Formats: sequence, C-alpha cells, structure tokens
Amino acid sequence: MSQAKLSLRDVRVRRGRSELVNVPHLDVLEGEVLVIIGPNGAGKSILLETLALLQKPTAGRVLFEGEPVDGRQLRLRRRMAVVFQESAMLRRSLVDNVAMGMRLRGVPRSLRRERARHWMERFGIAHLAHRSALTVSGGEAQRANLARAFAVEPEVIMLDEPFSALDQPTRDDLLEDLSAALRETGVTTIFVTHDRAEALRLGDRLAVLMGGVVRQMGTAAEVFAAPVDEEVAAFVGVENIVGGRVRSLANGLATLDLGGAAVESVASSLEAGAEVLACLRPEDVVIEPGGGDSHPTSARNHLHGSVTRITPLGGQVRVAVDCGFPLVALITKQSLEDLRLKVGDEAVACFKASAVHLIPRRR
Amino acid sequence: MDLIWDGLGEAVRIIQSGDFSVWEIAVRSIVVSGSATGISLLFGILVGSLIAFNQFPGRNLAFSLVNTGMGLPPVVVGLIVAIMLWRSGPFGEFRLIYSPTAMVIAQTVICAPIVTGFTAAALRNLHPRLRSQLYGLGASRLQMLRLVLWEAKLPLLAAVMAGFGGAISEVGASQMVGGNVAGDTRVMTTAIMLEVQRGEFAAAIALSIILLALIFVVNLILTTVQQQERRS
Repeated sequence: MSQAKLSLRDVRVRRGRSELVNVPHLDVLEGEVLVIIGPNGAGKSILLETLALLQKPTAGRVLFEGEPVDGRQLRLRRRMAVVFQESAMLRRSLVDNVAMGMRLRGVPRSLRRERARHWMERFGIAHLAHRSALTVSGGEAQRANLARAFAVEPEVIMLDEPFSALDQPTRDDLLEDLSAALRETGVTTIFVTHDRAEALRLGDRLAVLMGGVVRQMGTAAEVFAAPVDEEVAAFVGVENIVGGRVRSLANGLATLDLGGAAVESVASSLEAGAEVLACLRPEDVVIEPGGGDSHPTSARNHLHGSVTRITPLGGQVRVAVDCGFPLVALITKQSLEDLRLKVGDEAVACFKASAVHLIPRRR
Repeated sequence: MDLIWDGLGEAVRIIQSGDFSVWEIAVRSIVVSGSATGISLLFGILVGSLIAFNQFPGRNLAFSLVNTGMGLPPVVVGLIVAIMLWRSGPFGEFRLIYSPTAMVIAQTVICAPIVTGFTAAALRNLHPRLRSQLYGLGASRLQMLRLVLWEAKLPLLAAVMAGFGGAISEVGASQMVGGNVAGDTRVMTTAIMLEVQRGEFAAAIALSIILLALIFVVNLILTTVQQQERRS
C-alpha cells in the first residue's frame, strides 16, 4: 500500500459567505495519478491550489508526507510544480522560461541548460529554444509549460486543465506526450479536468468533485461503471438515466419496470419494490431494425420502439428510441446507413443486463 | 512673432556663451526632479504592487485616490508642503523651507501618485496567472516581485517619464516651498516665471527652449532604452 504524499484533513475554503471547498479527508498516494474531475465551478482549481500550497484553507490542515505544512510552504512548494491552463510565459526566450523553475530553486546553470534541453526535446519544442516565448503558438507554449514543470524534477506535479484551451489534435498529441512522461517519471500527479476522456486516459484514481465536495472516489473503471448518484452519473456521461421500480428479483437478476417496459438488470442487494435509477451508456445499446425476425443474442433486453430523433455526432450518430421511456443509442454512421433508419421507423434497442447500472433512489 | 525669434536668438547666445548660472539652474532642475522621480518610483512600486495584487476592502477607493492624486494642482501641493515646513509648522524644526530638499518633497508629492497610478496599471495588465504561475514554479515572494517588475519594465519606464515630466514642469510648488533663491533654489520653471515678471521675454523664451530641450533629451534616452528592450 502506497503512502500518502499529500493529504487534506477537514479542509474548508470559504470566500465571503460561500463555501467553495469542503473536503473532510483526501489522500494523494505516492506515485499515483489522481484525477480531480468535475463540472465548471465545482471548486477544482481551488482544491488544486490548496494542495499546491498556493491557497491557504479557511479551516483544516494540509499534510505533506503526513506532516503539517505550516511554516515550510516555500520549501515544500519547491518540491512540487504546477501547470495551469494558461501558460503565462515571461517575456524571454522559450528556453529561459523552461529553465525558470530551476533558476528559482537555485539549480546551477550547466544543469539547468542540460535539463531544459532534455525536456524541451521530450515535448518536441527543442527547435524553438531561442524564440521569444510570447511569439510561439498556444500549443507550443503549453508544451513549454509542461517541460518547465518536469524540468524541476518535482516530487508532485499538479496540472490544472492544461489542455482545455487547445484544439483537439494538439490536445491529443500533448495528452500522449504527457502520459508517457508521467509513466516514465512515476511522479505523484494531481490532474484537474472536466474532460472525461482525459480522466480515463490518465487517471489511476478519480475524485469526482461537485459543489466543492468529493462525491465519489475510486478507480476510473469504478466511477464510470458505477456512479454513486444521479448527478455523478449524468456528469460522467451516462446519458440514459431512467427512474423505475424493481418488479422482481431472481438469481441475481432484477426485472425492472421502466416507464412500463420490462428491463432486466444485474442487481445485488436490492429488494423488490425498491425505487431505482437505471443508468445505461449509449455506446452499450445496439439498434436492430424493427419488424424483422430477431435472431437470438446474449443480450437480455430487446425493447421495441420507434425512432424519435437522429443526431449526428462527429463520426457517430445518436439515435433516440421511444421504448416507453426515451433511450439513446450511439452507433456509427455506417450502421445508420446500412439499417436505413429514419425518424418514425420501428426499431429494437438491445442491451445486456450487465450494462445496466442501478442506483438506489434516495427519498 | 518677433518675440519668439528674439528668444531663439537669445537661447543660442546663452548656450554658446556657456552662461554658468543657466547651466547651474538646469542641473538643479534635473537633480531636484530626478530625486523626486526616484523616490516616487520606490513609493510607486511599493504601493502600486500592493493595490494591484491584493484584494482588500477599499481597493477601489485606493485606486480612485491614486488617480485623483495624478492630477494634483502643484500650487495646492506647494501650499500644503509650505505650511508643513514653515518655521511655525509641524516640521518647522527641520528648517527645510526654501531649500532644495523642500522642493524634492513637494515634487515627490506631485510625482508619486503619477508613478503609482502608472505602475498599478502596468502590473494589472500583466497576465493574470503570472504570479500564481511563478509561485507554482517555486518562487519566493521576493523572487516573484522581482520577476514581475522586470516583466513590466516597459510600462514602468513610461511611468518614470510621466512622473519626471510632471515634476520638472511644475512651477507653483517649487516657487512656494523653494522661494526661487538665486544660486540655491532657482530651477528652470521658477527662473522663467521671474524673467516674465521682469518683462524679459526673450530670456524667458530662451530658458523655455532649454527646458523643453532638456525634457526631450531625458525622454529620448528613456524611450531608446524602452525600444531596445521591446526589440530584444
């Protein structure tokens, strides 16, 4: 079991009358990549700034390796590095900017140059070393931003939405380079984002922050497969969230009543009659044409309905089917063309009982 | 029109003759106003960074006060500083009235709000994340301030130019606290006033031309520095 590198205990951050962050207990483990994910305004950045010792909590304690940080903030800050969304470069050459963190820490000049060059090469900006940092593109500046954080060889690296100001191709490239650098250095990492793809890609563990409170903490798979409540489910991208009731239970399989339709779901620790929210990812739903003979599959659920809406979404298409409740499926454009589906057509929505995640409804 | 030509001729004559008293007055102007600008720069950086970087109740009031201060009437400043420094005034025991030091004090009061206002604006125009980013890279408070000021050096030079311009061109305060004593507290502006009162317009115009040339040279130097920095 890894040791906690950074911890929060009973931390609250208030500004004026509003409480922005309330975290009773949070441990960032040595060597892990902890992703703090949440919608805009959830308090992610303030939580990160608190962990980075840039913001003093209104109440509570921050611990570094189990010891309170008080009185040694500067020393501890110099064992960490923070990367913000905007690169905030100084009016100097790019290499001077990359070396700045080391300079502030008093790293000797020759070592500075060597490490700056190494990390600029790693992030593909070595050829821009002597360009003014104010004349490079947003993507290049953000590469320099990452390079200057890694160049100080921090024990903890914190990234606050580092890619959200970039276009998609640049973002993909940078995510790849960052992922490799994190793997290689094994540095303890806190990564703040509102982007689910980034979270899935990088995170060992996820903390879902909403309204300043950590609503769920777990591995990416845990959080995405089994969100604790409706809001977390809606945020992590389960589009189909339907309220219903457990009709019956047998052999670990629940039969649900969802808007009149009978749906089978894998279930444990539920009682008949219990009210639940059934969550289903659009990518787990298969669409078959209606009217034809349905061939047997391992999917337990085959719901008949009519197509109510077809929305293109990049290379894919969202197909909404009314099966007594609205159900959204995500299929490829090719499939849509092969099926010749139009709005108003009959269709069958199929999904496995194990694809349904149940959340007991709080009353 | 003849008056101006006479003044120009007189100016050329004074410059060619190397009239000692004129050069002495010019040098005193530069020393007094330069000192006031230097002190104002220290004050401006201190107060300007305080109000630019910190959120506190009354911050807008502080900004308004500084902005008001940027337009202080020199005569009023002179009057107040004179009252403070008169023998019977609260600081009378220092015997500063009618001394170059008194003029530096009065010009500092005029110049400091100008430099502070420009400095605060310059610092507020920096990237809003720059300070957090520097702290995030491990900067101490002092390192942060040094880097941030260096980053704002171009607008800070503009602050110096504006402040120096305000100080060297005022006449009311210098007259009132300095007294225009020949060889002691006479500066370019008070000398010009005196020549006008005497009816020596050509001499007044000659001094004005020298004063303008002086301000021009100082600004030329500062602008050159600024442009070189911008290019680098």
